[in-house]
Amino acid sequence: MPTDMTTLTEKQPPLLTTGRTLGRLAAIGLLILGVATAFLYLGGWLTPRALTPARFVDAFERADGVHSGFRRNHAKGVGVRGFFESNGQGMRLSKAAVFRPGRTPVIGRFSFGGGDPYVADAPGAVRGLGVWFSLPDGEEWRTAMINLPVFPLQTPQAFYESLVASAPDPRTHQPDPKNMEAFLARHPGTVRAFGIIKSHTVSSGFDNTTFNSLNAFRFVNAGGASIPVRWSFVPIQPQAMARPGGPIPGNRNYLFDALIASIHQHPLQWRLIITVAQPGDVTNDASIPWPDGREQVNVGTLTLDSVESEAASPARDVNFDPLVLPAGIAPSDDPLLSARSAVYSLSFTRRAGETKEASAITPSEVRK
Amino acid sequence: MTTQRQFTGSMRFLHWLMAAMILTMLGIGVAMVASLANYHTLVSIHRPLGILVLLVVVIRYVNRRFSAVPPFPATMSNQERFIAAASELGFYTLLFVLPLVGWGMLSAARYPIVMFGSVHLFPILPHNLMLYAVLRKTHTVLAYLMFLMFLSHFGAILFHTLVVRDGMFNRMAPWKVRA
Repeated sequence: MPTDMTTLTEKQPPLLTTGRTLGRLAAIGLLILGVATAFLYLGGWLTPRALTPARFVDAFERADGVHSGFRRNHAKGVGVRGFFESNGQGMRLSKAAVFRPGRTPVIGRFSFGGGDPYVADAPGAVRGLGVWFSLPDGEEWRTAMINLPVFPLQTPQAFYESLVASAPDPRTHQPDPKNMEAFLARHPGTVRAFGIIKSHTVSSGFDNTTFNSLNAFRFVNAGGASIPVRWSFVPIQPQAMARPGGPIPGNRNYLFDALIASIHQHPLQWRLIITVAQPGDVTNDASIPWPDGREQVNVGTLTLDSVESEAASPARDVNFDPLVLPAGIAPSDDPLLSARSAVYSLSFTRRAGETKEASAITPSEVRK
Repeated sequence: MTTQRQFTGSMRFLHWLMAAMILTMLGIGVAMVASLANYHTLVSIHRPLGILVLLVVVIRYVNRRFSAVPPFPATMSNQERFIAAASELGFYTLLFVLPLVGWGMLSAARYPIVMFGSVHLFPILPHNLMLYAVLRKTHTVLAYLMFLMFLSHFGAILFHTLVVRDGMFNRMAPWKVRA
């Protein structure tokens, strides 16, 4: 055989002693162990106390339970459709195609914060709006916003600790208020942010609520200039205070029902207002508002003209990952953004494989 | 007539290029799912690099089909030869399947498949969450399998080169080894 011929012509190396053979085998074992350890280290297995997306989603599940097929946060919701009409004013700030004059179709989702998909509507609960823009060239922009003027938790670690503090005690099945007090004592920034949130009036319904990006992003224009911004969807519907009596007794979905009724009467509209930072404005901490007097640019109008239950809406089966961004919009240095992206993605993956239970807002409720 | 002792230059180049890419992909993959602060940056590298792996493996496979390969060293038993051939087939299969599963799972999740800037790929599967859930799990399992295969490959080459001392490494050495 030619194979054997060639090896026969090679000089055979002198035999290794048993000790040397064992030494080399040990060296090989150590090398393999080293590579495997590096892999385990990168995957976080050697640092079990580090905060990971899995621990974060586990904390949501401990706070609100696991509800098959539902988002781990903002679980209760309803889907909407419509379009964004750009007026072209955003083009000087961002090259994103969504800001060229014209229409971009959108799919959206209104929601309440928290992991319970059947929670009763309450005026003080955090209201969410996710908007998914389908840009003409196949790019996408997804934004998940809430109605708070600032976000009370400054870092992913603080957010996680607040979830742990608000988880129910296994004996009483209620959160222990002492845990939240201790958390607030450690986080003066959260206390400050709650002060701003409390001074903010709550509107009567979803239709006249302002939704805020909270986190800063960067807009990059065609000239390559990059500037930090925050954005808000400001309702055109007239402002009204929340019902003084609070929730309508006997109707756990009264705020969603009011949204459904108003969208059946006429399309609902919001102006997209871009707030442009000045040098020195904080971009890595969503708990701190930017000073008054910042330039605000009205870049167009969002119109939502139809509503559907989650079972019928494509919004149920997408992840409103705040870092699905088109060219022209980029993340800021806010550490919450990457953390939100990671945690939303894992929440999405977990619910994707679960049976989809019926949502609180049923298809028949949406047709009323 | 002399017997070929080394893989051709292009095969060796593609082997080491892919080795670097695959180890980077495995490291980023396992790190990104455990990371909050670097998740976005790592995913933004993992996605286009995975597609690049798919492109390079197509080139590598075609190159492999049309290149002469050196014979196995005589020090390898028939059983070892069978394992080596099966492992090569396994690596090629995973190099094609892992990126396709990644592309497919992003398609089924209805994520935009962004390469860089506004450049993105088309979806290759319909929007279906159950399909996404299965492919997402498959992606992880196949990646762990690939890592275990890499460890065995690494160990086998070291064993042959350092203990059997049959010059196994020289067959794929990045540099030219004189006959």
